[in-house]
Amino acid sequence: MSRNQALTTYKKGGIHPAEYKLTDKSPVQILPLPEKVTILLSQHIGVPAIPVVSKGDTVKVGQLIAQGIGFVSANIHSSVSGKVVKIDSLPDLTGYKKPAIVIEVEGDDWEENIIQSTDLLKDITLSKDEILEKIRESGIVGLGGAAFPSHVKLILPRDKNAEALIINGVECEPYLTSDHRLMLEYGEEMMVGIRLLMKVLNVRKTMIGIENNKADAVYHLKDIASKFPGIEVYPLKVKYPQGSEKQLIEALTDREVPSRKLPVDVGVIVHNVSTAYAVYEAVQKNKPLINRIVTVSGKSLKKPSNFVVRIGTSVRFLIEAAGGLPENTGKVISGGLMMGKALNSLDVPVIKGMSGILVLSEDETKRKPIETCIRCSKCVTVCPMGLEPYLLMSLTQNGNFYRLEKEMVLDCLECGSCSYICPANRPLLDYIRLGKTDVNKIIRERKYV
Amino acid sequence: MSSILITILSLSSIGIVAAIILYLFAQKFKVLENPIIYDVEDALPAANCGGCGYPGCRNFAEACVHSDSLDDLYCPIGGQETMDIVANLLGKEVKQTDPRVAVIRCSGSFENRPRTNHYDGASSCAVASALYVGDTDCPVGCLSMDDCVEVCEFEAIYMNRKTGLPVVIDEKCTACGACVEACPRDIIELRKQNKKDRHIFVSCINKEKGGIARKYCSVACIGCTKCFKVCEFEAITMGNNLAFIDSDMCALCRRCVTECPTNAILEINFPPRRTKTDEEKKTASDKISEKVKTDIKE
Repeated sequence: MSRNQALTTYKKGGIHPAEYKLTDKSPVQILPLPEKVTILLSQHIGVPAIPVVSKGDTVKVGQLIAQGIGFVSANIHSSVSGKVVKIDSLPDLTGYKKPAIVIEVEGDDWEENIIQSTDLLKDITLSKDEILEKIRESGIVGLGGAAFPSHVKLILPRDKNAEALIINGVECEPYLTSDHRLMLEYGEEMMVGIRLLMKVLNVRKTMIGIENNKADAVYHLKDIASKFPGIEVYPLKVKYPQGSEKQLIEALTDREVPSRKLPVDVGVIVHNVSTAYAVYEAVQKNKPLINRIVTVSGKSLKKPSNFVVRIGTSVRFLIEAAGGLPENTGKVISGGLMMGKALNSLDVPVIKGMSGILVLSEDETKRKPIETCIRCSKCVTVCPMGLEPYLLMSLTQNGNFYRLEKEMVLDCLECGSCSYICPANRPLLDYIRLGKTDVNKIIRERKYV
Repeated sequence: MSSILITILSLSSIGIVAAIILYLFAQKFKVLENPIIYDVEDALPAANCGGCGYPGCRNFAEACVHSDSLDDLYCPIGGQETMDIVANLLGKEVKQTDPRVAVIRCSGSFENRPRTNHYDGASSCAVASALYVGDTDCPVGCLSMDDCVEVCEFEAIYMNRKTGLPVVIDEKCTACGACVEACPRDIIELRKQNKKDRHIFVSCINKEKGGIARKYCSVACIGCTKCFKVCEFEAITMGNNLAFIDSDMCALCRRCVTECPTNAILEINFPPRRTKTDEEKKTASDKISEKVKTDIKE
């Protein structure tokens, strides 16, 4: 493609899975309220929140129901109004039981201080610390998928300085279009959110990275960005996993984040477009993070769409809204096609970090038999972190965890490119993930000894 | 002719010189080792299984020789006999340790535990357990993917494909503990080896409340405390909705087995009950234990 040639991208590895962006033209619809919501208390990376309501309480939309404790944690707010019927351990997306609050919906009664109008509030009146406090109170987490509490990322270590803010609008996963639609429909609100983030971080420059397959979003945002000084839009060459933090930084700034270091070490901070929008809503409209855009997609679905969903709505409700579960469904995946995880039940709730629900037919999910490694080194070629997946897998199988640590297994970002490309269908990522857990365990033990 | 002689002479002189150098170096850098280590090593089973906590038998022998007492050292494969020999060789005291054997604390066969989804990922319990709850709803049950079978050096575990549960062959099991470590769900436990390989144990580790546990699996321990009340030897403890039978205190009276309403307590390698009243009471647990027995014979 000639139009792609001038565009930048990261250097090492990467793959080009088929895009299947079925829903990039369908506007975001607001999903009706479900009958009850299940709000998990551990929707973020870090310490689970502690409930501050008890059984039988009536709650309003936006009311704090669980308080984040410790530095790396996030508050959780009620996404509906109604009665708390249960505070118990319920299955999360993996099927293991985690603490959760179940609320039965009664009406739609919002907290008074939340501004519900859709008018654009452009003026930034609050100070840096007030904005940060509001972001922390609103329980905002990284909405790209990792769900890392956003306020933690906004508090920089004392000796470090951010030069630029990077806004991640890459959305390199197949099927997913939630960020794409957000950029098209809520572009201006997002820009205000970016201005707020810039004020907190005290940076003058913001780069929005968008893959070139979303040309309409690029033009639309370039148009708006002209009104907001300091914000620039950069189209990027299409390549998976460009939406990963380190890869995006390299694509935009040509700087490589060293192993086991943070983006701030090379002077940048990365936030997702949805996070920027959530920041706008939290700061300008006092609205905590109670809903998000979820793409419900799949070739066999009747009505693949983008929905604004209240956190805690069950996945079954979402799929019904998209035309019901087709008969030949093989797998339902939460998240993207590459990094998402298959669900074992449809009765699990939507969480803050869930960007999509994919319904795949049996034919699409069929696995080919696992064969022995043929040493083609394709996994090494595609690894965006420059690791050797075949080696990491066999080291994990042999339990050689010290060597595994030396081979930088912790740098793996679990993008799944190696498993995708492997001609012998080896489950490389499954084992690497296992190895990562074990190496982390060893490192933790070493700290205590 | 002379060229052959020269060749032979020069080569052998090089050989002699090299031998002298090697001898001198060997004398100079000789590592002094306690010769008794070799004797201890010979007494050990040479399986290099790692069950003692050392990488191999040689390392264990060294540890035996260098440590002051043999209290923390035990070769699970050789058992008490081997440790007695080692103690004799070293002139040290050794404490009596009962031989142990691995048992599988899960009865969630295909029949007892309904499968709710199909797993088609990498065939490894560790991988599946890290990913999600498994192909049943039980978050602690056996995943039936052979991690314990693969890790066993003595072929003492095999997977019964009909039930989807691993079976331990008591005669081959050395209680090295490799399977205990390999199992991501901590189902396998090392218990005291009784006469004729008899066992009574609670074959469930589910800590959920009774109703929920029963939903997962029809033979789950529901924490009803019936066995706890009936036990005369105080061998049963309750905690977190789960009964546990202490193998050191259990007198193998089998009263808890008949008492258990969900047949979560298994009796293995017992003769069938004789008296008539007991015949009538013959519960499904007997059938299960018989099944297990026939599996072992197979």
